[in-house]
Amino acid sequence: MFGYSMADIGNIVVMQGFSGLSLFSVLLLMALGLAIIFGQMGVINMAHGEFMTIGAYTTVFLSKLAVKYDIVNYYFVFAIIAAFIIAFAIGYLVEFVLIRHLYKRPLDTLLATWGLSLVMQQIFRSTFGAKEVSAELPQWLLGAFQPTSDIEIPINGVFVMGLAAVVTFGVFLFMFRSRWGLNVRATVQNRVMAGAVGINTKKVDRVTFALGCGIAGVAGAAFTTIASTGPTTGSLYIVDSFMVVVFGGAASLMGTIASAFGIAQAQSILQFFMTSSMGKVTTLLVIVLILMMKPEGLFAAKVRK
Amino acid sequence: MNTLTDKLLGGKQGAIGLAILAAIILIVLPLGLDPFRIGMVGKYLTYAFVAVSLVLLWGYGGILSLGQGIFFGLGGYCMAMFLKLEASDPVSTKIQTTPGIPDFMDWNQITAIPLFWQPFHSFTLTILAVLLVPTLFAFIIGFAMFKRRVGGVYFAIITQAIALILTILIVGQQGYTGGVNGITDLKTLLGWDIRTDHAKYILYYINAFLLIAIIMASRYILSSKFGMLLLAMRDKEERVRFSGYDVSNFKIFIFCFAALISAIGGAMFTLQVGFMSPTFIGIVPSIEMVIFAAVGGRMSLIGVVYGTLLVNYGKSVFSETYPELWLFLMGGLFISVVMFFPNGLAGIYTDLMKKFQSRKTKSVPVKLEVVAVVHEKTESEPILTSEPAGAKA
Repeated sequence: MFGYSMADIGNIVVMQGFSGLSLFSVLLLMALGLAIIFGQMGVINMAHGEFMTIGAYTTVFLSKLAVKYDIVNYYFVFAIIAAFIIAFAIGYLVEFVLIRHLYKRPLDTLLATWGLSLVMQQIFRSTFGAKEVSAELPQWLLGAFQPTSDIEIPINGVFVMGLAAVVTFGVFLFMFRSRWGLNVRATVQNRVMAGAVGINTKKVDRVTFALGCGIAGVAGAAFTTIASTGPTTGSLYIVDSFMVVVFGGAASLMGTIASAFGIAQAQSILQFFMTSSMGKVTTLLVIVLILMMKPEGLFAAKVRK
Repeated sequence: MNTLTDKLLGGKQGAIGLAILAAIILIVLPLGLDPFRIGMVGKYLTYAFVAVSLVLLWGYGGILSLGQGIFFGLGGYCMAMFLKLEASDPVSTKIQTTPGIPDFMDWNQITAIPLFWQPFHSFTLTILAVLLVPTLFAFIIGFAMFKRRVGGVYFAIITQAIALILTILIVGQQGYTGGVNGITDLKTLLGWDIRTDHAKYILYYINAFLLIAIIMASRYILSSKFGMLLLAMRDKEERVRFSGYDVSNFKIFIFCFAALISAIGGAMFTLQVGFMSPTFIGIVPSIEMVIFAAVGGRMSLIGVVYGTLLVNYGKSVFSETYPELWLFLMGGLFISVVMFFPNGLAGIYTDLMKKFQSRKTKSVPVKLEVVAVVHEKTESEPILTSEPAGAKA
């Protein structure tokens, strides 16, 4: 097959599979935020990618500070927290100023947030410059370990995966095991009743939206460990992340994880055997075809319509 | 006036609006602008085709397609392939390794014209392809989606993904499509040089007349029973379905018609601008065309033409002088139009007229009231329809 020996193919699958796992982790982090905002609230946030970029720039900025004060080895944990907090705060603000007026018009939210994403991209360009920048990574994130002589697994990939797992678990706890999550789910199921039993639904909306943005910020922090950041970095991932959410079934956390995994793996393995563009085209095409046959996504919540 | 002309022109008010638009694009602009600027206006007017298609699809049908660039691009590419084959005759391409094939194919070591290029040797087949290829493509997409009751935001996201797929495909298959540069260096149409100033004026007029004809055809469709059904579907899809109409067929029809209009715009774009590239297909141009429609007024066939001209004029002025300001303005425009003027320029105009007339006489014309009711409906009713399970609150 393609002139590779069986052992080569094995190594390629492991290494491409692993690079697929890094992509999977970033996609998952992006899609988790979107799944909360889109799946739970029905709001299309086209500026979601820009919230990721906020997180990435926050990390880059902190890394410059860390270099100055010589604390490169420790800053990264704080960077993740800071990325979350800043993206959360901006998301909170955006919900207050913009989104809450448009809940009844989902298609218009899409346009307004697209406008927002243009403005944010230009702000990034004016503040940080049009060139791509990368963070100074701490020593323990660099390098790779080699289980066998032919396989190299980069440590930053492992780290991003771990981060994605922790965040996913956190989201699960928040949505399904906490009082707040209960309020969110109640509001989604029946807004009027939720309000009647004393849940402040407006506040729930605001925090849910901000939380989704905050997670995108964490995705941005994770992103800096595998690639450099530019003003339009976020917009490159937005369609992919939407496909992940829609493909997985909008309201399902499991579905989001499964479809992020499937899409990322398919892309990175296909990209090795075909050209990079054809790999992407094939993946997206298959998703679109499946969605045409099964519009509710892979893991649709069974709800009587 | 008899009923047919009445329907085409949209009553007395519609006729006046159309006459003013015709006067501006047929007389005022060609007289007032130099050939270079006229070429630019001609280019913008081809975008207006897409904006008009979005009025039908989005304003009246409530179906937001974020992939109208697909059809604009397909129409444009069909035309460009014909012109490219005509431009690459064996004599003018004799320095190539394989003379007689388009230059970008030669650069990519392709030695024969691929099969799907063959029909574009004939002008008749090209015109058919411009009209049919995008419409058929829209039919396939529409059939697959609307029959399964995919609508609202899901439809928007999927059309956007298709636009992305098509762009990546065209950029990736450089040897067959010209890649990221697109199909360039188009010279003649059936031996007639399209690059001269004279030709530019003629193409401009053909384009303008086509646009007016399409606006009239769209008027006709919207004022028919089908137009009423379209509005009804947008506001209460279930009720239309329960009344015994097959909603999906109407949606498929309007989606195909919108694709056809966009494709004609795309073909005219290629003729006037002299090239076609994937930058007119992807996500960004598709969504920009939605903003043209939104600024002009998603419910107004004539308003969107002004909207398109205005936004593009603003874009060219600002990107020449303050390029970094333009994105702020464009983004701000998106947000403010959506939040404060959901009916765009046409809505502002209608409101002003209403104020003016209610001051003059106490009675408000019936026509305007209908518009006002429609306006309120869009604000209070979610346009999102038939979403899959789980998304519904």
